[in-house]
Amino acid sequence: MNNMNDPKLFEEPCLKGLEKFEEFAQKAPYLRDNNLKHTRKIVESLEDAIRRSGLKDGGTISFHHGFREGDKVINMVVGVLAKMGFKNLTLAPSSLMSCNHPLIEHIKNGVITKIYTSGMRGKLAEAISNGLMENPINIHSHGGRVHLIQSGEINIDVAFLGVSCCDEFGNANGVSGKSRFGSMGYAMVDAQYAKCVVMLTEDFVPYPNNPASIRQDQVDYIVKVDQVGDPSKISVGAARMTRDPRELMIARYAADVIEHSGYFEQGFSLQTGSGASSVAATRFLEDRMRKKGITASFALGGITGNIVDLHQKGLIDKIIDTQSFDADAAESLRVNRNHMEVSTNCYANPSSKGASVDRMDVVILSALEIDLDFNVNVVTGSDGVMMGASGGHSDVAAAAKLSIVVGPLIRSRMPTILKKVTTRVTPGENIGVLVTDHGIAVNPNRPDVEERLRAAGLPVFTIEELHARSVAIAGEPTDVEFLDKIVGVIRYRDGTVIDVVRQVKPL
Amino acid sequence: MKIVKEALAGTLESSDLLVKVAPSPTDTLEVMVQSEVIRQFGEQINKVVRETLEKMGVTAGQILVDDKGALDCAIRARLQAAVLRGADCNKIEWSRLS
Amino acid sequence: MKLRRSMLFVPGANASMLSTVFIYKPDSIMFDLEDAVSLREKDSARLLVFHALQNPAYKDIETVVRINPLNTEYGLLDLEAAVRGGVDIVRLPKTDRPEDVHELEAHVERIEKECGREVGSTKLMAAVESASGVINAVAIATASKRMVGIALAGFDYVMDMQTERGDGTELFYARCAVLHAARYAGIDAFDVVYGDVNNEEGFLKEVDLIKKLGFNGKSLVNPRQIDLLHNAYAPTEEEVEHSKRVVAAAEQAERDGLGVVSLNGKMIDAPIVNHAIRVLQKAQASGVRK
Repeated sequence: MNNMNDPKLFEEPCLKGLEKFEEFAQKAPYLRDNNLKHTRKIVESLEDAIRRSGLKDGGTISFHHGFREGDKVINMVVGVLAKMGFKNLTLAPSSLMSCNHPLIEHIKNGVITKIYTSGMRGKLAEAISNGLMENPINIHSHGGRVHLIQSGEINIDVAFLGVSCCDEFGNANGVSGKSRFGSMGYAMVDAQYAKCVVMLTEDFVPYPNNPASIRQDQVDYIVKVDQVGDPSKISVGAARMTRDPRELMIARYAADVIEHSGYFEQGFSLQTGSGASSVAATRFLEDRMRKKGITASFALGGITGNIVDLHQKGLIDKIIDTQSFDADAAESLRVNRNHMEVSTNCYANPSSKGASVDRMDVVILSALEIDLDFNVNVVTGSDGVMMGASGGHSDVAAAAKLSIVVGPLIRSRMPTILKKVTTRVTPGENIGVLVTDHGIAVNPNRPDVEERLRAAGLPVFTIEELHARSVAIAGEPTDVEFLDKIVGVIRYRDGTVIDVVRQVKPL
Repeated sequence: MKIVKEALAGTLESSDLLVKVAPSPTDTLEVMVQSEVIRQFGEQINKVVRETLEKMGVTAGQILVDDKGALDCAIRARLQAAVLRGADCNKIEWSRLS
Repeated sequence: MKLRRSMLFVPGANASMLSTVFIYKPDSIMFDLEDAVSLREKDSARLLVFHALQNPAYKDIETVVRINPLNTEYGLLDLEAAVRGGVDIVRLPKTDRPEDVHELEAHVERIEKECGREVGSTKLMAAVESASGVINAVAIATASKRMVGIALAGFDYVMDMQTERGDGTELFYARCAVLHAARYAGIDAFDVVYGDVNNEEGFLKEVDLIKKLGFNGKSLVNPRQIDLLHNAYAPTEEEVEHSKRVVAAAEQAERDGLGVVSLNGKMIDAPIVNHAIRVLQKAQASGVRK
């Protein structure tokens, strides 16, 4: 006790540079106030949160896109940042959607000068493809985004994470509250790596909120807002059970391919994503699994009601969910113990200590274009304009034992198979099988699979044969003309550059 | 074949096209093609339109094609239907249509 | 022996469907210029079908065009478009008498000559849609050597009979009459369409009935019905195995120069061998029943 009264104590070499204890609340004054110590993170307004976050011009902000087309946070926050006069920000959301077209103004005004995203759609994508930005946007995969964050290239200063509800400490999940959207797989990464985390919530629930997908020790500030998103818009255009006979036909072929792929064994794993045909394929798989008397060990990635249905019927043991594509998936995540939520780091990051994609057997993927070498484009349309997202495409394709790409041979007049893809997103060597409404093509690097599919009597052709058929029906498109300016850089999942997108030449 | 009145054929649904023909005040042939796939198939569509008109002996008129990704066979059919309607023609010469 | 289980109807005015429908691989595709096309669009649909027939995508699939009746202002023009476009089969609706087929045949032959098509290469089928047509079914089915099939069309028929579509009782006589006429003439018989496309159970029940009666197949209105129909018509594993043994025995008998085929000590007639061949053909086309 008397030791501390010794005025020369801190001249002792072993205490040099250390601070003397004054009183218990010296460093944590809020502890003296029973109210404040519970509510200290809650701020009055978004402006307030931004000021406290320490964000500066030139900083990097991030968001999750769990609400997909129903997101309200990105536009709202960037709008406030613009009003507050911020400039030169790097925008690094997990992805952008058609609903983000108001960003065009903020790009024009210099608020946003750099973008990292998995993809973009609609007017924003068109504007950027036509040269809106000085710097090209960087398109990454879901796994690749985490890699870029860990490597420091995406250095998030402030993450703005929208949730339906949280407690006063910021414990939050995506399965409770009015605007619940399911898995917080994207946001978990931002919460872990951002220097400052601002949580936007619609509502407060009593402490402790459980489960805590985002934990209290990750959250700096909490601000209450009217609405963070509209979950009814999550499954727009995707994830619905189709009645379209062509999509059903492709789905049936895809199920045939899985059944005879050589991987359709007890305990297999699968991923189907959100495309209409791949979602429908799960319906056809059910009968085949029952007939063979097998169950799957897990389904991975973006989860839909169809997967949940198979899980609840005991045909899929576990679900590893990084994004819930519809309300059924979100509800299942809430109630089913074996429906697990994982971050995109756990899901697909190649430099993660463990990515679930590495344990994947069979995945069904989509494509805007595929070429004679099986390279896949999911980002640009055949008119050269960016219109899609990289998503988990290259991540799962690289890791799965068999990747199946599904799509119609011709959409309206546009062929899916081209001599060369407009933009290469996933390398062809990772694609095993192409399933179209005109038949199936197997990558020559998978003679084992080809032999099994032919033996099963499936309509197997070479990709050159399917291409020739498409040309005979619809004709061969001429090459789109581009200017020199690079508007998009396609980052492979390991951070390397696999392709670039150039500005489309005006007509 | 002479276009004597305005006429339409086709629809604006996907994989179809709408063709509008009208008499030309200057007695010249004016062809305008819009298409969803203009960058990839513009040349081909223009070629099909020109060939079809030539075969039907249409040398004057305003021809407006609004294409929604139709195949060549649909382009020929809709264009011919519009021209035949606009020419007020009842007698079909099949050899000029194939 | 051409399999004709599924005849898929496609509205002739629908450019989008004409650009994709070949992918579903029904046994035959029928472009409709009659009931599915409004009066204003008859001319445009006719041209659409004329050009679609020439698209390479339709090369390896049997095409049928349902023309308007020849006593309308559209019928003959439809026929010109179909024959000149290269259609495989012309389907005549509302066939009441053999004379309707004779009239059609004469026009077909004239057009074939005019456009340089091999005379006789255009096949015909007739749809009967009235009491008169059903009564004259035998004469209609045998009216031309171009005839490959006769179809019952249910909607107009039940109107004519002063009843309505129901569980099939209303079609009982007509189905039997059309079927007998077809078998007598040695041509194919097609049953009515089943319009409630989302009712799989009802569709399969009707398919089961007409298959048991002996129809070759059915007219279809939605591509989703094709697989259901083909599967219902597909033989079972046991039927396939048995048919293989029958055919093998017949081949053996032929090699041995025997006039009589026997399997497991039992004599097999020629019709049984023919049936076995048909079973294997269906299995070849769409596998065994699932």
